Amino acid sequence: MQKTWSFKLTPFRYVLIGLAGIAVVTALARFVLGLGAVTNLSDEWPWGLWIGFDLLCGIALAGGGFSTALIVHVLHKEKYLPIARAALLTSLIGYIIALVSLLLDIGRWTNCWRPFFYWGFHSVLFEVFWCISLYTTVQVLEFGDIFFERVKIGPLKNILSKAMVPLTILGIVLPTLHQSSLGSLYIVTVDRLNPLWWSMIIPFFFVWSAFFLGPAMVTIEGTLAARAYNRKPETPIFSSLTKVTMCMLIVYFIVRMIDLNYHGVYSMAFNGSFESNMFLVEMILFVLVPIFMYAIPAIRNTQWGVLTASILVVAGVVFNRMNVVFTGMAQSAGGHYFPSIWEWLITLGMWSVLALAYLFVVENFPILVKEDHEQEGLSSGKSVSTGRSVEA
Amino acid sequence: MSKGVLVDVSRCIGCRSCMVACKTWNDLPATKTEFTNNWDAPGKTDAYNWTVVNYHLIEQGDQVKWRFVKRQCMHCDEPACESACFTHSFVKTKEGAVIYKPTELNQDYCVGCRYCMIACPFGVPSFQWDKALPFVQKCRFCYDRMKEEGLKPACVTACPTGTLTYGERDELLKEAWKRINSNPNYIKRVYGEKEYGGTSWLYISDVPFDEIGLKTTAYGKDVSEKSIPSLTWSVLKWTPYIFVGWGAILTALNFYTKRRDEVHHHEEMYEAVNTIEGKQDE
Ligand code: SF4
Ligand code: SF4
Ligand code: SF4
Repeated sequence: MQKTWSFKLTPFRYVLIGLAGIAVVTALARFVLGLGAVTNLSDEWPWGLWIGFDLLCGIALAGGGFSTALIVHVLHKEKYLPIARAALLTSLIGYIIALVSLLLDIGRWTNCWRPFFYWGFHSVLFEVFWCISLYTTVQVLEFGDIFFERVKIGPLKNILSKAMVPLTILGIVLPTLHQSSLGSLYIVTVDRLNPLWWSMIIPFFFVWSAFFLGPAMVTIEGTLAARAYNRKPETPIFSSLTKVTMCMLIVYFIVRMIDLNYHGVYSMAFNGSFESNMFLVEMILFVLVPIFMYAIPAIRNTQWGVLTASILVVAGVVFNRMNVVFTGMAQSAGGHYFPSIWEWLITLGMWSVLALAYLFVVENFPILVKEDHEQEGLSSGKSVSTGRSVEA
Repeated sequence: MSKGVLVDVSRCIGCRSCMVACKTWNDLPATKTEFTNNWDAPGKTDAYNWTVVNYHLIEQGDQVKWRFVKRQCMHCDEPACESACFTHSFVKTKEGAVIYKPTELNQDYCVGCRYCMIACPFGVPSFQWDKALPFVQKCRFCYDRMKEEGLKPACVTACPTGTLTYGERDELLKEAWKRINSNPNYIKRVYGEKEYGGTSWLYISDVPFDEIGLKTTAYGKDVSEKSIPSLTWSVLKWTPYIFVGWGAILTALNFYTKRRDEVHHHEEMYEAVNTIEGKQDE
C-alpha cells in the first residue's frame, strides 16, 4: 500500500477544480443575496434544478449503493464483491451532493438544523430528511471500515467491524424507505401532477426504479473507471447483473401499465400531447428497449451492449424524475421555468466535486479490485477471495 | 367554533375594497401592477398580495357577463400545507384560520423548503423571492383580529355589497344552501363544502365555478374530495411496519445465506489504483 497521499493533476482535473471554485463563489452569493436573486424559481415553480436534478436524481443514482449491498452483503452473492466498494463510494458521494443541494435550496438556510428538533412527522419530507441524514451517517461509517485500512487506527477499526452487520442492514432499510418516500412526496400533488405519473403507488415506482438502476449504474461507473485507469472492465459481472435489472424492469413496466389502467387514464398516454409523448419515450426507449437488450445474450455479453443498455436504464430513471418534477407539473403550474445560469453553474460545480472526490478516493484507498483476484475469481467461477481467510 | 367566510360571487362588483383593506391591515407594501387583457391586476396572490380579485368575462349564449372573484387562502379543514410542512410551521387553529407560525406567532422554524407550496392544491402559499431569508406568505384569515378583538377579517368589514359573510362555518353552509335553493340562478354547489376535505372559505355563484377560476376538475376528473393529508397518511402510516418488517427479512436472509467458511477479510482483495503507471483520464 502506498505511503503518501497522491493526487496527480491533469488538465481535465484543473477544469473540474475551476468549475467547483465557480460553484463555491456562486453558492456564497446565493446565501447572501437570497434565492430570488440567483435562481429563476417562482411561486409557480418553487422547486427547480437543484431539487429536481441534484436531489431527486442524485439520490436515485446513488441507488447502486443499497442494491449492491443487498446483493453482496445480505444475499452473499460473493461473485459481485469486486464492485461492492465502488458502489458504496459513489453512493456516499451522491448523498453528500444531495445534502449540499438541499442546503443550497432551502430559503431559510440559517434554520437548517431546526427539523432535528421540531418533528413534523406527518410530513413525508420529515421521513426524507431523517432517512437521508441517517443513511449518510451510516455510509460514512461503512466507509470508515475502508478508511481505517489505510489510516491505521486499530481500536476504531475493530469497533466498526463489529458493527458492520447491523450497519449494512440499516444501510438497506433506510434507503428503501426514503427512496420510496421521495416518491411519496408527490402524493400531495394529486390533481396537479399529470396522472401519467401521479399514482398512490408512486413510492413503489421510485424505490423499485432506484433499485434496478443500481446494477446499471455500477456498470457505467465500472466501465468508466476501467477506461480511466487502463484496467479490464468486469464485463462478466456486469452481464450477469443484467438478469436482476431485466426482471425488475419487466415488473416495473407491467405494474405501471396496470396502474394506468386502474386509474382509467390509459388513453392519456396516446392523446398526442407533449406529456403523452414524453411518457411514451420514457416507457419505450428507456424501459422496453433495455429489456430487449438485456434479454439477448449477443448484446448482453458484449461490453458495448451491456454498457449501452445500462446507460439507457440510468438515463431513463433520470428522465422519469424529470418528468415528475417538470413535465408532469407544467400544465398545473402555469408560467415557465428554465434554470438560470447560476443554477447550472452550481449544479455543474457540485458534480465536478463528485468526480474529483471519486478520483481522489480510488487513487488513495482500496476501492477497486486487484486485477489478479478478479481473474482468479471469475475463471474459477467461485467466491473471489477463496482461501484468503485472515480472521479467526 | 370553526369560523368561515361565505363568498357570494353574484354580489361582487369588483371594487377591490377587500384588497385595499387587506393591504392596510396587514401592512403589506404596494406592488407595481401591469395591465393585462382580462383586467386582472395583479392576477395571482403573491407574497405581498394576500388577496386578489380576478375579473372574468363569461359568455353565455349571446349574453356577456362580468364576474369578479376574490381569491385568498381557502383555510382548508385539513390543510395540505400543514401536513406537508416538516417543521410544523403551519397550523389549523381551532378558530378555523390556517396560520404560518414564523410570522404570526414568532416561532421561526421554517427552513424555506417550499414543500407547502408544492402541496397546496390551490397554489396559495407564496415566497418572498426578494429577500435573503424569505418567509412564506399568505392570507392569515386576520387571525389577530379574530382572536384578540373578536373582529371580522378586514376584507369582510370593507366589503360594501355583502359579498363576504363572516360566521360559523356550519351556519354559513346552511345560509349558502338557503340562497341556492331559493334562487334558481345559482349553481347547485357550494365550492369548498367538500373540495379537498372541505374549506373554511365557501363560494357560491351563478356562473359555473370552472369559468371563474375555481378548480372543479383536473385532468378530466373531478377534484379530490379526500383531504390531501389523508392521502399522504394512508401511505405514510406503513413506514414503521416497513422499517421493522424489511429489517427483519434482511437480517434473516443475512444469516440464512451466510456460510461460515466464507468469512474472510476483504482487505486483501482491493487496491488503490496506481496513478503512476495507469493511464490518466484525459
Ligand atoms: S388553501 Fe393552501 S395554503 Fe390555504 S390552508 Fe389550504 S392548503 Fe393551506
Ligand atoms: S417552506 Fe417552511 S412552512 Fe413551507 S413546508 Fe418548508 S419549512 Fe414548512
Ligand atoms: S382575511 Fe385578512 S388576511 Fe385574509 S384576505 Fe381578508 S384581510 Fe387579507
